[in-house]
Amino acid sequence: MRRLVLIAVPYLWLLALFLIPFLIVLKISLSDTALAIPPYTPTLDLGAGWAGVKAFFTGLDFENFWFLTTDELYWKAYLSSLQIALLSTIMTLMVGYPIAYGMAQARDEWRPTLMLLVILPFWTSFLIRVYAWMGILSREGLLNQFLLWTGVTNEPLTILNTDTAVYIGIVYTYLPFMVLPIYAALEKLDESLLEAAEDLGCSRASAFWLVTVPLSKSGIIAGCFLVFIPALGEFVIPSLLGGSQTLMIGKVLWEEFFNNRDWPVASAVAVILLLILIIPIILFQRNEQKQREAEG
Amino acid sequence: MRRFTWFNATSLTLGFAFLYIPMIILIIYSFNASKLVTVWAGFSTRWYGELLQNEAFLSAAWVTIKVAVASSTIATVLGTMAAYILIRGGRFWGRTLFSGMIYAPLVMPEVITGLSLLLLFIGIGLDRGILTIVLAHTTFSMCFVSVVVSSRLVNFDRSLEEAALDLGCSPFEAFRLVTLPIIAPAVISGWLLAFTLSLDDLVIASFTAGPSATTLPIKIFSSIRLGVSPEINALSTILIVIVTIGVITASLVSKRASLRMQAEERAAVRN
Repeated sequence: MRRLVLIAVPYLWLLALFLIPFLIVLKISLSDTALAIPPYTPTLDLGAGWAGVKAFFTGLDFENFWFLTTDELYWKAYLSSLQIALLSTIMTLMVGYPIAYGMAQARDEWRPTLMLLVILPFWTSFLIRVYAWMGILSREGLLNQFLLWTGVTNEPLTILNTDTAVYIGIVYTYLPFMVLPIYAALEKLDESLLEAAEDLGCSRASAFWLVTVPLSKSGIIAGCFLVFIPALGEFVIPSLLGGSQTLMIGKVLWEEFFNNRDWPVASAVAVILLLILIIPIILFQRNEQKQREAEG
Repeated sequence: MRRFTWFNATSLTLGFAFLYIPMIILIIYSFNASKLVTVWAGFSTRWYGELLQNEAFLSAAWVTIKVAVASSTIATVLGTMAAYILIRGGRFWGRTLFSGMIYAPLVMPEVITGLSLLLLFIGIGLDRGILTIVLAHTTFSMCFVSVVVSSRLVNFDRSLEEAALDLGCSPFEAFRLVTLPIIAPAVISGWLLAFTLSLDDLVIASFTAGPSATTLPIKIFSSIRLGVSPEINALSTILIVIVTIGVITASLVSKRASLRMQAEERAAVRN
């Protein structure tokens, strides 16, 4: 009996506040926009009995999804989100790997401090870390003051409100998610393998590429997914650092809902975003599963 | 074979400079006398004074703390239950669905979670306010808590629980007297994680908050959309200082606890 209660409470909570809300989104994405409260049709009328249920289901269609394919704003936003998420993941990897590698090579007594230094920004407010760049990247900002002072440019560069600022913001805010899993993989690396490689005539550089990198693969994969998945649906960074021409699907969904009040289209945008994310999420879960099995 | 080279030193220095310089600049400019955030005009604590007079920020901060305490506490209870069921519960009907629902919110884009919860609240006619934000935050942070707690549950020796049961404990007593003290560090870090996630959340709170309840991130976001302001720098500095103290204290406490545990283990071996 106690066991039943123990299972039922979190189970029902998640059903009511995770699964059912998602089914509602799915349903509204198949509805039509209407000038009413709520602003869509059909609504399920249980009072009308079986006829009401039937009328409800015949009222659903894929019209919003057709609309998304015909208006180029949407597929451009999906493509540009994919591009921004993919490129910034690669950049985060290139910035993060040397940091994780340096941490793994550091002396044992430094490691807890280095670890703390990586984790600290992760606990600091996301919004504040994005905001910090607004003052640096603006036309009168510190970066431009510095570039003008050193004579690299004669005119202030426009960086804030461009895609460049979005890339910087994503790399900056998601860096700890990349560094930590790679460091965890490098830390477990058996160093005698590197010694063996060098004894067998590998140079240090080729030992790194042939031994260290392949053995940290699971960390690299985990880090890349931890950056790519949230970056794809990112809203805060494109809306604060990006410009009006920066198209990201999280921002489009937000505007569709709050500014245009088009609930059915916003829901359809959400459903497609989720369909795109299912593939990387399954790959990520499989990587984690493999790692757990390798350890267990 | 571990060799700390110049290359390692340089990449660590550059990496940490990249992580910390923006925040240090933010802190320095919070003490700027000028209203223009980018022009230095002498040292002043003026913006901190103005911040303390700003009723809107103070009441938003109060709402945020109430939401964070409530949601992280409920999330810790539910998340620990969920972790216990997943690791110790054996088979039950719909277990796959349950573990899917635990892991899915971790990777779900915030805009989708926010949108779906808002549509639910509107659908059932629940007025948006503090209650709806607490429900929303509890739902996603209980999943984080359950991941943290279940990783601890997987790693501990199950025979300790079995011994307690053999010695006449009821399952509940065994949980309270044996399991809970062992997983306590994970439960506490789960609570801290849930608390921070709630303090930090902008997107889900924006969807689920009504006009009656504004949280601090919503307030900060609507004000920085218009550009940088020294008052926000002052507010950010206060938040950064609080988090830094909290994280350093937590790491010192856990370090001392693990040293004590090692000492106890050594003493036990000697006896």
